[in-house]
Amino acid sequence: MADDSIFSRLSRRDWLKGLAGVPILGSIWFAGASFAGKAKRERKALLETLNIKASPPPPTGPMSGDPIRVGIVGFGGRGEDLVRALGFPTQEWLEARKKDAAENPSDTRLKEYLQQENLNVKLTAVCDVFDVRADRALRSFNSNGNVCKRYRTHEELIASGEVDAIIIATPDHWHAPISIDAIKAGIHVYVEKPMTHNIAETYALRDAVRANPKAVLAVGHQHRQTQSFLTAQDAIAKNILGHVSLVVTATNRNDDNGAWQYDIHPEASPQTIDWERFLGSAPKAEFNKEHFFRWRKWWAYGSGLSGDLMTHDYDRINCILKMGIPKFITASGGIYTHRDGRNVPDVMQINMEFPDFTTGSSQEAGKEKGMTFVYSATLGNTFDRGTVLMGHDASMELGNAVTIYADWGSTRFKKMIDEGRVDPTVPVYQYDPSTNGTDAVTSATAKYFANKGLLWTYRDGKRVDSTFLHLREWLSCIRNGGKPSCGIDEGFEEAITAHMGGLSYKLGRRVEWDPVAEKIIALPGEDLDAILLANEEFVTSPAMKRS
Amino acid sequence: MNTQSLSPAARNGLVVLRLLIGWHFLYEGVIKMYSSTWTAKGYLLSASFLQPVFGWLASDTLIGFVDTANIVALMLVGVLLVLGFKSKWGCWVGIGLLVLYYLAHPQFPGLPQGPSEGSYWLVNKNLIEAAALFVLAQLTTDTYFGIARLFSTSKN
Repeated sequence: MADDSIFSRLSRRDWLKGLAGVPILGSIWFAGASFAGKAKRERKALLETLNIKASPPPPTGPMSGDPIRVGIVGFGGRGEDLVRALGFPTQEWLEARKKDAAENPSDTRLKEYLQQENLNVKLTAVCDVFDVRADRALRSFNSNGNVCKRYRTHEELIASGEVDAIIIATPDHWHAPISIDAIKAGIHVYVEKPMTHNIAETYALRDAVRANPKAVLAVGHQHRQTQSFLTAQDAIAKNILGHVSLVVTATNRNDDNGAWQYDIHPEASPQTIDWERFLGSAPKAEFNKEHFFRWRKWWAYGSGLSGDLMTHDYDRINCILKMGIPKFITASGGIYTHRDGRNVPDVMQINMEFPDFTTGSSQEAGKEKGMTFVYSATLGNTFDRGTVLMGHDASMELGNAVTIYADWGSTRFKKMIDEGRVDPTVPVYQYDPSTNGTDAVTSATAKYFANKGLLWTYRDGKRVDSTFLHLREWLSCIRNGGKPSCGIDEGFEEAITAHMGGLSYKLGRRVEWDPVAEKIIALPGEDLDAILLANEEFVTSPAMKRS
Repeated sequence: MNTQSLSPAARNGLVVLRLLIGWHFLYEGVIKMYSSTWTAKGYLLSASFLQPVFGWLASDTLIGFVDTANIVALMLVGVLLVLGFKSKWGCWVGIGLLVLYYLAHPQFPGLPQGPSEGSYWLVNKNLIEAAALFVLAQLTTDTYFGIARLFSTSKN
């Protein structure tokens, strides 16, 4: 036979040298399969032990029915963002994105935007005290069957009968007055953060909402839509972190825009701006372009770091831990990076104490109780410090992804750490919402990629605008019923906490909340709102006083 | 090229080189195949060079195919080199893979280096391994040490 003739001539040496690779191949295959199999089993066992349910927030209801007629009050930068998310981009924005896409084919922002779901709303009204902005809205939004009218005041807009709901993106000192007027008229409200500008109107707005339950109020904390927050909640509920004693969050910015040093429009003048209307409840002042465009820099109109940016972090953590209003707040800071005449601090540390709060414990009962939440901000440095919830058993890094690291001193993970099955320097758990993937014991390389945000990139059409989701949730509550994730109670907690932060900074002492009376405790003779809104130039040091 | 004219030490050296590189490829392929969560997505998306190409490979529509193709190619190279059968083909497939790996994160001055266990300038281990495969593609030892020996009459 032919085979015989081929192989019969082969010597023992031929067979050895011919087939020596086969056992090598078998060994490599076996080693790889058993190593990877062991890693897989350990990962599975660990995930089963942790038992964290990774899930995105539930979808909101259908957008069917008659279109909801929406009015926008305050058509500045944020107002434009909000109505764009609603489905109404300005012509200028569309032109700019078309140009970007033509110059850079990988810029898919316009394509993604045009694919966004239709929310079935009409933008029927705009109210802005600056003619240029109102005209821009009218130019862009009177097309495709949409009719948009300008109203000089929010009262006229509310009384027009042309709106079912309004979005408020004005300076902070107008948030509550407009919200209250709208809610009392039965108009639904989406109001930007902070919900209010002072303490008294926080109660007044809550009373108005409670008295008019049919009007839906949502506060613009779009972080509530972050895909990973339910997963984080589940990890807390299952006590993976153990007793969380410290939460740290931070703001780091280092540019003019981030420090609220916005552009001043060349056409701004007493003729194009209704200055008295802008001032509203703010102290009387001469027409001032800088105050109008850079209002966040003064307590008269804005709320500084405590109201403007701390509220984001506070609400993000409150949405996961539901710890409510802190018992004590101690704040400090100063104007250290932008000495340009502003009177709100640009470096600020806010320490919030929750002495009776606990997320659970893995140790003997009674050993652990109480938590500090630190918000640390500078407008003079961009080093990313992230958000970390620090527990006895593990730390949770919170961003678009949830990453959990076991702690060296953990009680819960002690055995696993001792046996080498858990390494506290690499994540014990990771949830990546962009791939719906969960993983345990990821490699150093995966950690490197994750830290760079590459594993949850939204380049491939998965980028979701959280503002869109947040507006959609509000519209769904209006259409289908239900409670917004950030409604009046959450907004009340956010606003009171922000005001306590601002007060502590101004008073230079610890500010206390009385949870039974639901009051910020004032010393005899103190008018807390007057202190909070006081607008005197804040002088931080003798050196500055001289300069 | 026939390796019969080489000294036994040189020829055995080539065999050892072929087995080591084959080992490396095969083990990488097997590990990736048995690791359900492995994907090249992170490596591709973090490319510091030719990003449009690697970004395209990492897109949702392609990444599944790219991951499978990578595993199959790694294992194919490993099997051919370890067994000593058509190893010339294996060498060229291996060179193709290594050049892609190199181009995604080339050690060019001015580009981010990413995580690595050493320091490199222009030359890194991917490039050296590709060069070694090029040598092995010229000097095949399959009929000297490999399955091809069973079907060959020359035993070179």
